[in-house]
Amino acid sequence: MSLVLTLASRNLFHDRLRFVATMVGIVFSVVLVMIQMGLFLGFGRMVTTMIDHASADLWILPKGAKCFEDPSLLDVKLRDRVATMEGVSWAVPLVIGFSDWRLESGEVTPVFIVSADLRDSSLQPFNVVDGNVQALTRGANVAVDRSYFDRLGVSGVGSTAEIRGRKVRVVAVTDGIRSFATTPYVFVDLKNARNYTGTPRDRASSVLVRLKSDADREKALSAIRAEAGDAEVLTSDDFRSRSRSFWLFGTGAGAALFAGALLGVIVGTVIVAQTLYSSTKDHLNEFATLRAMGSSNAYIYTVIIYQALINAVIGFAIAAGIGSIVVQMTAKSALPIVITPWLMAALFALTVVMCVASGIGAIIRVVRIDPATVFMR
Amino acid sequence: MNDYVVEAKSVEKTLGRGAGEVHALRGVDLALRRGELTLLMGPSGSGKTTLLLVLGCMLTPSSGSVTVCGTPTADADKEALARIRREHVGFVFQSYHLFPTLTATQNVQLALDIRGEHGGRAAQKSRDALAMVGLEQKVDSLPGGLSGGEQQRVAIARALVANPSVVLADEPTGALDGKNGQSIMRILADTAHERERAVLVVTHDPRVVPYADRIVEIEDGLIVQERTDRPRMPTAVPFRA
Repeated sequence: MSLVLTLASRNLFHDRLRFVATMVGIVFSVVLVMIQMGLFLGFGRMVTTMIDHASADLWILPKGAKCFEDPSLLDVKLRDRVATMEGVSWAVPLVIGFSDWRLESGEVTPVFIVSADLRDSSLQPFNVVDGNVQALTRGANVAVDRSYFDRLGVSGVGSTAEIRGRKVRVVAVTDGIRSFATTPYVFVDLKNARNYTGTPRDRASSVLVRLKSDADREKALSAIRAEAGDAEVLTSDDFRSRSRSFWLFGTGAGAALFAGALLGVIVGTVIVAQTLYSSTKDHLNEFATLRAMGSSNAYIYTVIIYQALINAVIGFAIAAGIGSIVVQMTAKSALPIVITPWLMAALFALTVVMCVASGIGAIIRVVRIDPATVFMR
Repeated sequence: MNDYVVEAKSVEKTLGRGAGEVHALRGVDLALRRGELTLLMGPSGSGKTTLLLVLGCMLTPSSGSVTVCGTPTADADKEALARIRREHVGFVFQSYHLFPTLTATQNVQLALDIRGEHGGRAAQKSRDALAMVGLEQKVDSLPGGLSGGEQQRVAIARALVANPSVVLADEPTGALDGKNGQSIMRILADTAHERERAVLVVTHDPRVVPYADRIVEIEDGLIVQERTDRPRMPTAVPFRA
């Protein structure tokens, strides 16, 4: 280990209480930022779950539709016109909407109906762990997620309930299809979806379009847009971005998460700056001695920066450990915290920047050291 | 070319401003040469420490000139002064100013580290410097585990390890008992005579006089006497605890 690193680490570890206080500050800050940003990512993924699992290339939406859950409707005849266009493999109407689910106990809870398309597989239940999805096409059958069993008052395949006064039976069970709004998704076939949501036969929430593999995508997109008239035609990526943008920024949720993260950075920076400054102040005599011996300012800055980096590395390691525990704990929750390798790398960089920036106060203090003071003590 | 390592000519230094202004040095001429141990003596407030700071490139003179190893200090900025100190000057402080969290070897090695000498060779040179001051058994000790005399010897090893041309010592025996004071002065005298360094010792302590080749007395910012007729070391005026 280089001597400057040794000096930096000894300066830090010499006062254990202050070191612990520094670590608490960094860990609190990094974990707070990690959770806020993890929620941001988790939220961003959750609001696009249905779009991510649809096999459509294009979404035809009522003009101005902001997200998958948007209640606006469009003319379903558009689907017939688009289905026959050049380059189109299939076009499937999608009906979604809120409805009422009555438990056998008589209690009523809201659910979010999603029409499943089993013929062209544009959107159907995924992560199926029990039952038979094909049975959705027969009678009043539904697919639900097992994480909502308690809420829906069911125990698995064969359980029954009522939607809008019509008896339904669970024929398939999925795992992990959770709604960020906590309203359970219920998959039914298209006809039932209309009945349960009160959507007229000539309307649909959207039309999902799959292009042929050899289609000229740009040309097909332009043609469909021309045909769609007032309706909007978005690629899946565009629709995903629009949904995220609406839920994260249109609702203020993202801003709140970012504000929390910013607060974490500020708190962390202040705590580290204070402890680093007080550590430097306690070692001023040593820094003055170094200066008297002829060390350059850069050498002394290096000691302080190393102290900041040691703080950053140890603090981040502890925070990352806590973060991974939090990720595991929230994995099955309504809003799981998602921490990607990129987020980890960004958080480490942020921690380093935060700690090094915290050293500026200490450096400014050191710059003013008069080496002659060592002769006065 | 002369033997002078440090030369001060007509040095004046004013400290403070306005009503608090003090003329700490009022036209000092002093030269330190290789192979000579010079004592700078004088009462409190006479300007000893200010002169040491000016000669050691911690302060620049208000007027007059100081050259260290041929480099003038008058127009040097703080970093340039630090570079002169780093390259040419070794300091020994009354209060040792060792780093309490570093071992004796690491304390000495710092003087090399700031000069860009790192690694095993620097560590070995540091251990050799400690052996030279009789601390080969204490190389891994922390300052807290050393006596005052041992700490001052570590400080001397630190001052000498980079082979500076001049060693400036501020009351090096001030906090030591007689035996340790004698030991420290012997090391400083050897540094001057055997290693051919210029050594300046600022002191109040009359017991160090036998070790001096030259005694300079300062009063009210002026050198009032310079003499070489001191009693010879080692024991004409013995140290006593």
